[in-house]
Order: sequence, then structure tokens, then C-alpha cells
Amino acid sequence: MKKFVNDPANVLAEALRGIEAAHPDLRVDAENRVILRAEPTRAGKVALVSGGGSGHEPMHGGFVGRGMLDAAAAGEVFTSPTPDQVLAATQAVDSGAGVLHIVKNYTGDVLNFEMAAELAAGEGVQVESVVVADDVAVTDSTWTAGRRGTGTTVILEKVVGALAEEGADLAAVAALARRVSEAGRSMGVALTSCTVPAAGRPTFELPDDEMEVGVGIHGEPGRSRVKLASAHEIAKLMVDPIVHDFGEAVGPAIVLLSGLGGTPLIEQYLLYGEIAPLLAEAGVDVQRVLIGDYITSLDMAGASLTVVKADDEMIRLWDAPVVTPGLRWGA
Amino acid sequence: MSDAVSTDDLVAWIRAFRDAVHAHKDELTRLDSEIGDADHGSNMARGLDAVVAKLDPVPATASDLFKTVGMTLVSSVGGASGPLYGTLFLRMGPPLAGDGEADAAALGAALRAGVEGVVARGKAELGDKTMIDALSPALDAWDAAVADGPAAAARAAADAAARGRDATEPLVARKGRASYLGERSAGHIDPGATSATLLLEALRDTLAGAE
Repeated sequence: MKKFVNDPANVLAEALRGIEAAHPDLRVDAENRVILRAEPTRAGKVALVSGGGSGHEPMHGGFVGRGMLDAAAAGEVFTSPTPDQVLAATQAVDSGAGVLHIVKNYTGDVLNFEMAAELAAGEGVQVESVVVADDVAVTDSTWTAGRRGTGTTVILEKVVGALAEEGADLAAVAALARRVSEAGRSMGVALTSCTVPAAGRPTFELPDDEMEVGVGIHGEPGRSRVKLASAHEIAKLMVDPIVHDFGEAVGPAIVLLSGLGGTPLIEQYLLYGEIAPLLAEAGVDVQRVLIGDYITSLDMAGASLTVVKADDEMIRLWDAPVVTPGLRWGA
Repeated sequence: MSDAVSTDDLVAWIRAFRDAVHAHKDELTRLDSEIGDADHGSNMARGLDAVVAKLDPVPATASDLFKTVGMTLVSSVGGASGPLYGTLFLRMGPPLAGDGEADAAALGAALRAGVEGVVARGKAELGDKTMIDALSPALDAWDAAVADGPAAAARAAADAAARGRDATEPLVARKGRASYLGERSAGHIDPGATSATLLLEALRDTLAGAE
């Protein structure tokens, strides 16, 4: 393992120190491992809290700031945060207008956020939750823990964060969050495994001439392993299941192509060059595109494609100003 | 042979579980890297270290002990294992409130309450390739041997848990992260069933020493 580490056991704590040093408009609660805006929540503003395992940077801590999240609870690498972390984040940012929990559908995240929401309710904080489950690689939701939450989370945090910034109430914020969540579909492909610092070696072996199709964001193997294909063929493997899963004309959409952490941007653009005509052919009217490392899986080489069917309001909110380490425009 | 389990025995059980998880940490992580995300060993070891750090001074009663263990696991393990193991211990406490010592029936009832809590939170059923596949047969074996005293019941429960753990190998996972692998999850022993077996083996070894 060749990584920038001092002690594998301290990766998260030391990374949080770096985040605090780099971003004066953020505050890090080192004890609870929560990243917050330096400014307290404006009175009457609904607060957005997300979180999850670390190793997906910039998600979620990199999306804390004006126009997006109010706080993010950071778990250990690929391990959901604990209920008391999420509770600390929730209580710290509640202005009295309530808090929306944005949860990716993984068993650990769902259980810990559920316990945190119960505890917060006991403390008098109004909490609504939205669970993102957008990964079309999981086709048999009845017999699994359900679809995983992946790239739609990024788009949701941006769009819903903008609505909360405008002063919408908790019910409206939660309703939009559910609408975005239901409108998103994602599909990921991995060319390599990744190395969890505490484990010290790749999570799985993947020969040079093979790839994993239908991966999540935790270095886990995907639904199937196939021979490595050209970018043109891989683009089809990503676009087809998404379009098929919508089962209807998609129309206007916001698209995210995220690298998984170990794929250079030039390859991501090359891949998008293959994806764009396939989306057009399938009737996806791409209104906005985001390309780069936004939801990653440590050092995994690969990419995930997310398509969110977007109405005018979502696109307007997507364009609204945002000031975070990970996304920054219009301000 | 003693028919009663003291709070000190239960504290010794928790310490033995910590030691067993440390001894098997790499194995748990290896099993988890095959069908999960390669962190079960390190997460459980970290959580149980935090638990053991809270056992001095020793809690006065069994129900205090299990509340401390449960809350500490919930707040230090993370993942799905934190809430699930945490719930197991949190639910074991109330049935043991009051008495200084527990007989085999009382401890069996507490274990059952704990496992029912895990089922309620995680919604897993027998055969889903989870920790329940070790815990559920262990409860039944405990009840069948309850008349022979706690040490014998724990022996039967640990054996049943180990058989349940081994039986997860051919199963296709239906809960947790391994379920995303579909058919590819077959052919691997479940890491959660493995750590749950360590829990019952630690109880067996602790009570055998107390005999």
C-alpha cells in the first residue's frame, strides 16, 4: 500500500484536520467528526444534514456550505457514522425550522440515521428523512437490501440545498428531496478495486483484462465481472440500464458523470464523449452536466453515471449560487 | 457446577468476546472483503476496545452492564454492526433487571430479547445470510439444554451457532451489503454470522471456566 498516511487508524481524524485548515468558512467538530458551516444556521432556515462513510470525498463534507449542506457527519472509511454523530450534527444546525436527513440506502447508514432521528425527535428537533436509492445495477430489490444510494445524492444535495437557502419550510424541502430522489438513476463500472487504508490491500482482485459492472461506492465487487471493453462499449453498459429502468421518455435531465477516485479527468471526458450521443439517441435531453470526482470510492478506477429527470424548478435550483469546497458557482 | 451466572461472569464474557474478536480480526475482515467492504474485523475490534475501556469500574448489575455495552457499541462501531450489536445488548438488559445473578432460563430469555431486537431493527430472517443465521439456532439450542444449567446451555448454543455460521456458506445474501452481489455472494461464510459465533463461543468458554 502506498498512501499518504501516518497511521492507518488516524486517516479520518487527520483528514478532518486538513479540511479545517483549508476552509475557513467551515468548522470541524473533531470530537463528533462533523463538518459544519462556520456561520450558524440562519433563523428560520431548514437545515440539511447528510453523512456516511468516508472515502467518497468530496461527498459529503465537501458539499457543506452556502446553497448546499449545513452539516455532514463523517464515519470511518466506508463505515456509516454513528447515531450520536448524526445527532450532534442535527442539534448543531437546527435553527428551530427543522432538519432534513439525506441518507444513502445502505443498511448501516439507514440504521444509524434512523436511530439518530429517533434521538433527535426526543430532543425536540423536527426531522424528516429522505433515503436515496438510485443504483439500477440492483435489479431485485425484493431480495436485497434495496438499491444503493449513489450519484443522485450529489444532485439532490445541490438542488434541495438551494431550496432550503430560499427559506422553504421543512415539508417543502422534504417533498422536493423525495421528488429528486425518485427522479434519479445511476450505474457504475470499476476497472480496479480500491485499498481501504486500515485493510492495507485491495478489497478484491481484478485481473488487468477484466472489469466489474454494476459497482457501488465501497470497493465491493459489482453484479458481474466481464472482459474489459472499449470506452464505447462501456458507455452502452452504463446508459442502457438507466434508460431502460426509466421505462418512459426521460426528457430534460441533469447528468453527473463521476470518477470513482482513480480515473483521470481526460478518461472521464472521453467516456462522456461516448455517453452523450447515446443519451441523446435514447431521448434524454441533457440540460446540465457535471463531470469529475464528486462521489468516489477511494482510489478505485472507474466511473458512475447518474441521470436525474429534471423539471424547470430543479434546473433553476441547480443553477442557484453554491459555495462549498466541492461545488462552487454563481456566488 | 454453578447454576447461576454472576455479573462478574458476564463482564468476563464481554472481555472474552473482545479478545476473540481481536484474535480473529483479520479473518473477519477477510470474510468481509469477499462479500462486503472489508471493515468488519477492524470496526468490531475498535468498538469492543471502547466497551472494555468502560468496564472499569465494573457495572453494578447485569442490566447496567448491557446498557453500557450496547450504548458504547452503538456510538463507536458505525456501519450496520454498531446498531445491530448495540441493540442486541441494549435489549438484553431489561429482562435481567433486579436480580444479582441469572440462571440459565433468565439468561436465555435475555438473549432471546436481544436477538428479537436485532431482527426488529435489521429485518433479517433466518437464511438471509446474516448474524441471525448463527444467533437464531443458538437460542433454540440454549432453550433445549436449559435444564442442564448455563454452562451446558452455552455449549449447545455455541455449537449451534457454529453450525449456523457454516451453513451460511452456500446461501445467497438477501440483506446487507453482500446482497448486492446476488448469486456471487454464495460460496462465502458470512462475517456477521462469524462474529456472532465468537460471541457465543466466548460465553461458552467463560461459563466453562466458572464451572
